[in-house]
Amino acid sequence: MSEPILKAEHLGITFGGLKAVSDFNMTINKGELVGLIGPNGAGKTTVFNLLTGVYQPTEGAFYLDGKKMNGKKTYQVVRAGIARTFQNIRLFKQMTVEENVLVAFNESFTYKMGGAIFRTPRFWKQENDMHAKAIDLLHIFGLEGLANTEAANLPYGAQRKLEIARALATGMKLLLLDEPAAGMNPTETEDLLNCINTIRDRFGIAILLIEHDMSLVMNVCQRIQVLDYGRTIASGLPEEIANNPQVISAYLGADDDTESEEAN
Amino acid sequence: MKKSMLSIKQSYIVCVIGIVVLFGILMGVCETGMVSLYVKGIIMTCCIAVIMTTSLNLTIGVLGQLTLGCCGFEAIGAYSAALLSKLLIANGVVMNDTLRFLLVTVAGGLVACVFGVLIGIPALRLHGDYLAIITLGFGEIIRVVIQNLKIAGGEGLDKGQQGQALIGIDRLANLYVVFWITVITVVLLFMFARSRYGRAVKAIRDDEIAAGASGINITYMKVLVFAISAFFAGIAGGIFAQYIGALTPSMAGWLQSINYVIMVVFGGMGSLTGSIVSAVGLTILPELLRAFSDYRMLVYSVVLVLIMIFRPQGIFGNWEFSLPKAINRIFYPKGKKGAKADTTETAEAKEAKHE
Repeated sequence: MSEPILKAEHLGITFGGLKAVSDFNMTINKGELVGLIGPNGAGKTTVFNLLTGVYQPTEGAFYLDGKKMNGKKTYQVVRAGIARTFQNIRLFKQMTVEENVLVAFNESFTYKMGGAIFRTPRFWKQENDMHAKAIDLLHIFGLEGLANTEAANLPYGAQRKLEIARALATGMKLLLLDEPAAGMNPTETEDLLNCINTIRDRFGIAILLIEHDMSLVMNVCQRIQVLDYGRTIASGLPEEIANNPQVISAYLGADDDTESEEAN
Repeated sequence: MKKSMLSIKQSYIVCVIGIVVLFGILMGVCETGMVSLYVKGIIMTCCIAVIMTTSLNLTIGVLGQLTLGCCGFEAIGAYSAALLSKLLIANGVVMNDTLRFLLVTVAGGLVACVFGVLIGIPALRLHGDYLAIITLGFGEIIRVVIQNLKIAGGEGLDKGQQGQALIGIDRLANLYVVFWITVITVVLLFMFARSRYGRAVKAIRDDEIAAGASGINITYMKVLVFAISAFFAGIAGGIFAQYIGALTPSMAGWLQSINYVIMVVFGGMGSLTGSIVSAVGLTILPELLRAFSDYRMLVYSVVLVLIMIFRPQGIFGNWEFSLPKAINRIFYPKGKKGAKADTTETAEAKEAKHE
């Protein structure tokens, strides 16, 4: 079998005396959709921040396509091929929908400052090519009609989609989705999930998905890993996870008093 | 999309024609002796203000980082240019006046640019109010250092005494040359802002974290913009030095910087054409009000307050005036959008200056 897209080994981070995440291991293969779940404050978003270079791990290492990613800055990790979306949507609000995507294409441009200033033929060719590519990408999400709308004026569901489109535009191999369905109604959620499946099939990328909604995760993920208090408490196929007593206790509150404080 | 509207090439031509017409008007009024030396001086000051304000707008409006030290860079440019000019004369370098003016001015810009990078790297680690305060601090440091520097007319850094003005700088600034420098500055800033660089910079303004997550090297882009702003501030300083012929360190003071920040906010953050209009307007306004002598600053402040109450986003907001777009609207009212390149809005905005 070929090299996994992402491999995390004993990844961990400590804030002062608090172990936010410890001994996090994960392997994601090409085309796989893996879920990362856990109660509030379990460290899911911290894992995302570790994998995107926002935080530097205090222990362990992670590899993208076999290349070690520790110590890289966010923009370097993104250029290497890990892109993400955010729990609370972060769009470039005063820019148009198309510009949002074009920003992420930035690294695909090769013209330099001189080209921009003198408006060389290369400048026009690349700008036109990228415009076409951006429209193509927006088309997948059904946003092409809104290309010239300011991002801040999009409806909520469309903003979520635009964020994913922007992440795709970076040309990544691994997409990290942080609660993409948060705040959506069931129809919007379904629409979004279709979208996720489409892009996974079409671009052949791997996806790591954080979601609170267990039933939703069970439907789409091929494998699931469960975090609680920064530790992995379970990992496996959706059916195994659903019946795992530890997982159930973490979500619903344990009978014994070990983890009663934050149980719900 | 393009049919019955101006093509990209035509838009450029329209802009060039606009600028040339503007230059023609300028030359006309100057050559026929319609305007006094006093008015020519105001036009010169307007040009300097336009360069300062548009370049500052790149940092404040487009990059979204509030800096209060722009006049520090202007002063660095002015003093470097002045000293280089003196050095050239002292060494008996013979050169065409215009050429020497350009050389000295660009050198001033480059020195300011170097300082922009040096100060930008530590300062831009901070955001918002903190960045404003640290740049304010750097501006004051520049002022105090220049005040005491021996070559700039001071008593030496260890003496701590206020020096005198630096005088006797060759007054080579020619209104026509300065006009074209201003045009080039504005055009360059537009080209920068309407390219992948400009998009990356705007992305940083809108959401820094998301910009990083889209693969943009934030530190690099910030320092780049800061350096470009400092470069043009230095150019403005160089022109100023060779126009006035004498320099005092007070030009680096924070009050001066705030004056330019007011112009940026007044014209609309992120709108370069807005900056041009407000720089020209706010330079002319106090002069027009000279008749009221004692009350003129009062009126000036009232105007500022009123504009901020009724147009808090500035005169232009983040809207850019575009001559080709205006022409499209007049001649092809059906078409919704102008051609893609509406670069040199300079033309019309500068017309306001001369009317």
